[in-house]
Amino acid sequence: MSTNLLFELFLSTGETLYMVFASGLLAMLLGLPLGVLLFSTRQTNLLPMPLLNKSLSLMVNMARSIPFIILMLAIIPITRLLVGTSIGTSAAIVPLSLAAIPFFARMIENNLNQLPSGLIETGLAMGGSTWQLIPAILLTEALPGMVGTLTTTLITLIGYSAMAGAVGGGGLGDLAIRYGYQRFDASIMILTIMILIVLVQGIQHLGDYWAKRLNHH
Amino acid sequence: MIELINIAKIYNSLVTPVYALRDINLTIRPGEIFGIVGQSGAGKSTLVRCINLLERPSLGQVWIAGQEITSMKTADLRLIRRQIGMIFQQFNLLAAKTVYENIALPLKFAHYSPSKIQTTLAPLLKLTGLTDKQHAYPAQLSGGQKQRVAIARALASQPKVLLCDEATSALDPQTTQTILQLLKDINQRLGITVVLITHQVDVVKSICDRVALLDQGSILEVADVVSFFTAPKADLTKKFVSLSLKHELPLLLQKRLSTQKKQNSHAVLRIIFKGQAATEPLIAHVMHEMGIHLNILQANIECLKETILGIMVVEVIGDQTPLPQGIDYLTDKGLQVEIMGYVDESIV
Repeated sequence: MSTNLLFELFLSTGETLYMVFASGLLAMLLGLPLGVLLFSTRQTNLLPMPLLNKSLSLMVNMARSIPFIILMLAIIPITRLLVGTSIGTSAAIVPLSLAAIPFFARMIENNLNQLPSGLIETGLAMGGSTWQLIPAILLTEALPGMVGTLTTTLITLIGYSAMAGAVGGGGLGDLAIRYGYQRFDASIMILTIMILIVLVQGIQHLGDYWAKRLNHH
Repeated sequence: MIELINIAKIYNSLVTPVYALRDINLTIRPGEIFGIVGQSGAGKSTLVRCINLLERPSLGQVWIAGQEITSMKTADLRLIRRQIGMIFQQFNLLAAKTVYENIALPLKFAHYSPSKIQTTLAPLLKLTGLTDKQHAYPAQLSGGQKQRVAIARALASQPKVLLCDEATSALDPQTTQTILQLLKDINQRLGITVVLITHQVDVVKSICDRVALLDQGSILEVADVVSFFTAPKADLTKKFVSLSLKHELPLLLQKRLSTQKKQNSHAVLRIIFKGQAATEPLIAHVMHEMGIHLNILQANIECLKETILGIMVVEVIGDQTPLPQGIDYLTDKGLQVEIMGYVDESIV
């Protein structure tokens, strides 16, 4: 294997990590409030807004219904508007985030649903307001579960980023297709797969470690 | 301290409205320990949640310390809630926070500074015996310790009222007693009004001053604890009390008891002694001086708060003629005597 190829492998790994973590960060920043909103607007004694809840839920479901590869192509005009181009690693972040935000939000909602039901009423009985309860009780108690959610989201994004690579997004997926598939270079194919396995293992391991550390049950 | 006026909680179902609570009128006095008992599904939890408006009553008013709270704005209601502590059957502690952080939470909500929180909590940790455990996480504690943390947390904002929602129902009998002792201690030392709902009659017997019986959303009876147990008025109260004081006869004997007095049949009496009367040898007097022969079938001594209560079921053997005099004598002495029925021959 030439040094040139090795450099390309190194670069692709970097591109994949960039896409995954940038869109993961966006998913967290936008998906977390959305998830909290999905949960709290359904609670009769927290932030009851059934109409908003139903519309948000519908939007999340709609976004999640679209297969990623189609979503990516469908929103090309939006991507071009936001990033200036629809090709390349940075452009791939737009559809990746758009797919990850509703996914992350729904999983956060699930994390919050799993909390003991008495916690909200306990917080209210203490004289806490909705905006005090959300950070002090809901987010604190759901933190270990939310770390798990972040882990799963990042791993899902690794898979999606390979798809983005197929349409010119760069990254390991792109490399595997160009060299491994189109030029029949099995060693590149195997190598990219191995790097992907290491990435997934690493993220899962780190996520599990933190979830366990934060869990005081 | 707490006044509930015409409270009703109605759930609209498709067919007819369902009353979870109806026509509740209740006054709970400052400094008392008030018990609300009833079977599961009677509406106890809903009722106690109406006091701090965790449940909004459909009708009626709730007054706390002279303030009508049902029409208050949310922000004012939060201030009132700080004066009403609450503990739960499942403790509802935050697993991710230490004992100290759990107890400090209501003070954080009230924007206390960390140093003020510390000075407020120190005596509270001592009172609840948690000083050593303040850095532990709830998962490391026993059920009784968890409830102590919940109690300390409920008291942190120095409330006037403490609501207890089946607070001892998840605890073993021994731990239940220590928690009840703590509640009594808090009531006496801090003068806090305690409202506790429970299906455990022992809880009511050991600490309550007054009791209300709730059935299908309505209050059937309100009485001080001694009258509640010795002179119940409503049928359900009688049933509740007799089950709990264990002075029903065993089924085998009950079957042979008839309401009809026949020739040669023996009367079976239930005698209840209260307080002072329990210490005088009255039964001996009836037997020796009046010639009424009693055979004790069942006897039990109960302690109701500070009152000693003796309950005895006896069969009158042999000559029944002096019996009315004997009953008069015992009634005069302040005992409660009730003829439960008659049996043909000695039932033992």
